[in-house]
Amino acid sequence: MASIALPAHEQTGAARAARRVLTIAGVVVLIVFALIEIVPFLLTVANSFKCLPAVQIAPQALIPTPPFGIACVSESGSPLPASETTTSLTFHPTLDGYREILVDNDLGRWFVNSIIFSVAVTLARLAFDSLAGYALARLKFPGNRVMFFVMLGTMMIPGIVLLIPRFLILQQLGMLNTYQGFIFSLAADAFGVFLMKQFFESIPGEIEEAAMVDGANRFVMFFRIVLPMATPALTALAIFSFQGTWNNFMDALIIIGGKQDLFNLPLGLAILRGAYGETLRWHSFLAGSVLTTLPLAILFFIFQRYFVEGISYSGLKG
Amino acid sequence: MQSKKREEAIAGYTFVAPALIVFMVFLVIPIVFAIYFSFTDWNGITPLAQPGAYSFVGLDNYNQLLFQDGIRQQDFFKALKNTTYYVLGVVPAQTILALVLAVIVNQRWLKGKGFFRTAFYFPSITSSVVISLIFMFMFSTGGIVNSLIKGLFPAYQNVNWLETADGVFHSILGLFGVTLRSAGDWARVELAGQRLWEWISGPSVTMLMIMILNTWTTIGTMMVIYLAALQNIPSQVYEAAYVDGATSWQTFRHITIPLLRPTTFFVVTLGLIGCFQVFDQIFVISSGGPAKTTLTIAYLVYNNGFRNSAMGIAAATAILLFIIIFAFTMLQRRLVGGERSEM
Repeated sequence: MASIALPAHEQTGAARAARRVLTIAGVVVLIVFALIEIVPFLLTVANSFKCLPAVQIAPQALIPTPPFGIACVSESGSPLPASETTTSLTFHPTLDGYREILVDNDLGRWFVNSIIFSVAVTLARLAFDSLAGYALARLKFPGNRVMFFVMLGTMMIPGIVLLIPRFLILQQLGMLNTYQGFIFSLAADAFGVFLMKQFFESIPGEIEEAAMVDGANRFVMFFRIVLPMATPALTALAIFSFQGTWNNFMDALIIIGGKQDLFNLPLGLAILRGAYGETLRWHSFLAGSVLTTLPLAILFFIFQRYFVEGISYSGLKG
Repeated sequence: MQSKKREEAIAGYTFVAPALIVFMVFLVIPIVFAIYFSFTDWNGITPLAQPGAYSFVGLDNYNQLLFQDGIRQQDFFKALKNTTYYVLGVVPAQTILALVLAVIVNQRWLKGKGFFRTAFYFPSITSSVVISLIFMFMFSTGGIVNSLIKGLFPAYQNVNWLETADGVFHSILGLFGVTLRSAGDWARVELAGQRLWEWISGPSVTMLMIMILNTWTTIGTMMVIYLAALQNIPSQVYEAAYVDGATSWQTFRHITIPLLRPTTFFVVTLGLIGCFQVFDQIFVISSGGPAKTTLTIAYLVYNNGFRNSAMGIAAATAILLFIIIFAFTMLQRRLVGGERSEM
């Protein structure tokens, strides 16, 4: 730990010099890694606003220069050569890639689907997980411990193992390739129940007891008194559910993979990539990538604290 | 009093019911199903209601995967080999890098902590499909990475990063003149459908790129977990070491690392479970190729179940994967020690 040093009077000149070197090395390592993490995203955004030939010739150009919103074809209808839309450092931005992915492909529809899935799953989990978490934390009834351990146990089962049987169940229920099939199968999760149970155990129960003495109905009390107190935990849970569902690829592939109208964004992009084979039209794929990332990026910058606090509990995305 | 108890129990069941139904229908029953169908030869297409849709084959699926010579065994052990190289590369890399970065970000003198945390964490919130596309964009043959290297070293021949089947260890051995021909007879011994020489190939170049991609994506998550744990270490511990005249390295080696042991256990467990299931990136980037060198167990499950109409085999493969993950988690519990802890 560089923050721990010998008392100043015991430090020799050599030790001080060594510490300086260590400090500088540490900062250099951090900056290099930060660049490695950030630059790919900058490249993605920049290239999503280029004409296709410019993406191929000068992917490294990062600085947009006027005129903005150029057309990528000349008036005679032939594609503009790369040299007319980019230099090695600057480029003229266009919306051509966005037009292509939204108009020529179904990305707009998948975007709407992603919103429907993410909002529905998030709402369902907020309700189901908090109800179950509250019952397991506060109410005494036969079998509650067993139920809790069954739920915890399901956290240890890798998602890939469930892939096939979930497909079978949904097939039997006639819910393959339906909105409700996808939403129901993700409508409650063990992590959420666990999070809510922990939270309810951490707050005092006197208010509820007082309300019960006054003869309040348990359900009314739960929604009027308990849930408003749980706002921080509910916010964390909502963010996790939304993020997980928005990025969900594997379940989507199995449950709604048979019907293009139902695709969410990751599934749509992945299938589109498969259809194009090796000749990807990068400006439009990168535009699709930006549109897929943007809503979560906005949420992330608003609710960063909750993202960071919650991950210590969550599993990793595959 | 009795009625109050009853009221509480009824409320309890009602509150738990919705979540419990979801768990039963989509988690518990599916597991029973998976085990059941792993003992059948169902193809996944014939409707189950149809008579003769499937029959019981006992342990035959497991036998085909593990012991019987043939394509099933070959594929399973290829996938096991690829997945193992992947896990043994990614888990240590992401854990060590995350720890080093967390320790630096945790330094008192560092300015802009929030910026670094955001920068490292951002890839973790991005869809795995999008991350895979971005990597394909950068590492395609005519892509920016190749042009960059070519700019620095004009003699460089473009490498097709995402479509090269050569094993990394084979290439390194080749530099020392060791090839299958010169390696001796041991290299030709066959084990589970592959020669020993093939077993020691290392990950292919394509697989190595996917390993780098996954490390790149996950170090942010791991770093934030380590950072939270580092901030929980009381400063008195460090002050005591300081008074005793411990050097920075001694403090790190004998105080920080042991105190982080539960966190390391947690991070490695998360890493193992995530890495053994690697699927999305394979699906988008390589579909298991080239030459099956990125075929992972998870991808094999998908391929057999949904592409090759071998649902029974796929279910058995999934069960085996579960056993492997479980065994590795137990093994690392032995190695790292430490009780499971949330932080």
